Amino acid sequence: MSESLIRARGLTKKFDDFTAVNGIDFDVLKGESFGLLGPNGAGKSTAMRMIGATSQRTSGELTILGKDPEQFGPQIRAHLGVVPQQDNLDTQLSVTENLYIYGRYFGLSRKFLKGKIEELLAFAQLEEKRSAKVESLSGGMKRRLTIARALVSEPEILMLDEPTTGLDPQARHILWDRLFRLKEDGVTLLITTHFMDEAEQLCDRLVVMDKGSIMAEGSPAQLIKDYSTKEVLEVRFGSERNAGMANDLGQLCERIEELPDRILMYTEDGEELLERVYKKGFHPKTSLVRRSSLEDVFLRLTGRTLVD
Amino acid sequence: MILSTAVAIAEARMGKPGEKYYSGRSRAIMERAYIAFKSSTWMIVISGFVEPVLFLLSFGYGLKDLVGDITVAGQPVGYVAFIAPALLATSAMNGAIYDSTMNVYFKLKHDRLYHGMLATSLGPMDVALGEISWALLRGLSYSIGFMAIVAPLGLIPSMWGILAIPAAVLIAFGFASFGMAVTSYMKSFQQLEIVNVVLLPMFLFSGSFYPLDVFPEWLQTVIRIFPLAHAIDLVRGLTLGNISWALAGHAMYFVVMIVIGLFFTTRRLNALFMR
Repeated sequence: MSESLIRARGLTKKFDDFTAVNGIDFDVLKGESFGLLGPNGAGKSTAMRMIGATSQRTSGELTILGKDPEQFGPQIRAHLGVVPQQDNLDTQLSVTENLYIYGRYFGLSRKFLKGKIEELLAFAQLEEKRSAKVESLSGGMKRRLTIARALVSEPEILMLDEPTTGLDPQARHILWDRLFRLKEDGVTLLITTHFMDEAEQLCDRLVVMDKGSIMAEGSPAQLIKDYSTKEVLEVRFGSERNAGMANDLGQLCERIEELPDRILMYTEDGEELLERVYKKGFHPKTSLVRRSSLEDVFLRLTGRTLVD
Repeated sequence: MILSTAVAIAEARMGKPGEKYYSGRSRAIMERAYIAFKSSTWMIVISGFVEPVLFLLSFGYGLKDLVGDITVAGQPVGYVAFIAPALLATSAMNGAIYDSTMNVYFKLKHDRLYHGMLATSLGPMDVALGEISWALLRGLSYSIGFMAIVAPLGLIPSMWGILAIPAAVLIAFGFASFGMAVTSYMKSFQQLEIVNVVLLPMFLFSGSFYPLDVFPEWLQTVIRIFPLAHAIDLVRGLTLGNISWALAGHAMYFVVMIVIGLFFTTRRLNALFMR
């Protein structure tokens, strides 16, 4: 059994009378990639800030590397690399200077940083941009620089809050590739995301969060197995007719979800189900058979979709 | 022993007083300011230095024959020598206010720079002290530059005048820590305008260009609630050599301002980032 780097029990955060995080329990193990999946406002970022020792919990237990972040804030932050949801790079400085000064904030020596910066520029594929001002970088480059910056102190835990929000597909894939490499190097990753594909790609294990609570926990495959069927058939009958169809279609499969624009039918074999739908005399305008995803898990658990 | 990892460096401070708020690395914040300064707009840097000199030339030499000598503590003083210390005090104020309001506001809200800094093993006190120290360093260099111009012109009649430089730094410290505290409570960029609304009348009415006693007693009392009148009296007392206990009183005003400013800045940064 690997050791638990982060341990939360009954972790709760209240802002006045609003409960952002409501008594969550989880463990993050050494070397794993752990995800907090949930829609905006689920309490993921608040949980991250408490773990990052920049926010005090209202109640519950939290230890990071065996220490309480409220007692040992600076010591714990020295173990962490933080990639915030909103980039907060130093726009007055160049790429290299951003990496350098961040290392200085941790108290690292100039000599150490000289070598480290080269290593990080290569990792982030920003060698040609070393003297560029931050403003001139693309969104993907800024994100990679923010990650590189978080690595300057050689953290044991890298915390990424919505790492690919706002990036185009190509930039996302480059970023994912970089994160895989870090994982291979033994860095523990803690990731929040509201993208189910990102969670499936990056996370060994995750918790599904909604309204401050944890709804389920497990590996992506296990969660899909536990909370959904193997395949999903998506059918559309046009917005007026969808609602009327749900009852009839529900008898053809294990479970059904009605969304405003389509009906999701859960089954082990999508093609076979589609045939039965036609045989019953239903003719959907469009149909699509796909594998179940974490999106379906979330829908099952909360009755809502992840991305509105 | 040279500590080479972030963790070892942070752990070496365990048990020291205020370790949660202060990591002893405000110089890293100053280093950041220096790097940014090297590539910043030189116009802003130079204007802080040129402004008091322009005032000195235009008002001082423009009005000196019309106004004649001004009586300070029973002694006649030339008009240019009368306004020079006021301009030094005012430029110390302006520099400190610029650094601690506009500059700080942008880092706080627009660039979210302090969020990044405080995600490291730094504490809010490091940030507050580092930013303020930088403002002081800038204030110090402006003061030295100004003195280097006015002293050879014979505008600093007393040897005590040399103390005007540390006095200007004290004044800048007061304004910078107070300004940073005020800025940390601001919600919008528009609210920063309030600073100018206070600053301009303070500059015009605090006795820069004529003695305060031209005003009725009650108005003098109102003016002395604000810091600039104390700053001007302090610097002018030193450059003209009118040494009295009143100067210590003016200096104390700024010591209190520094303490209040630092207290609220640290408290507010803590509330903003560590809540």
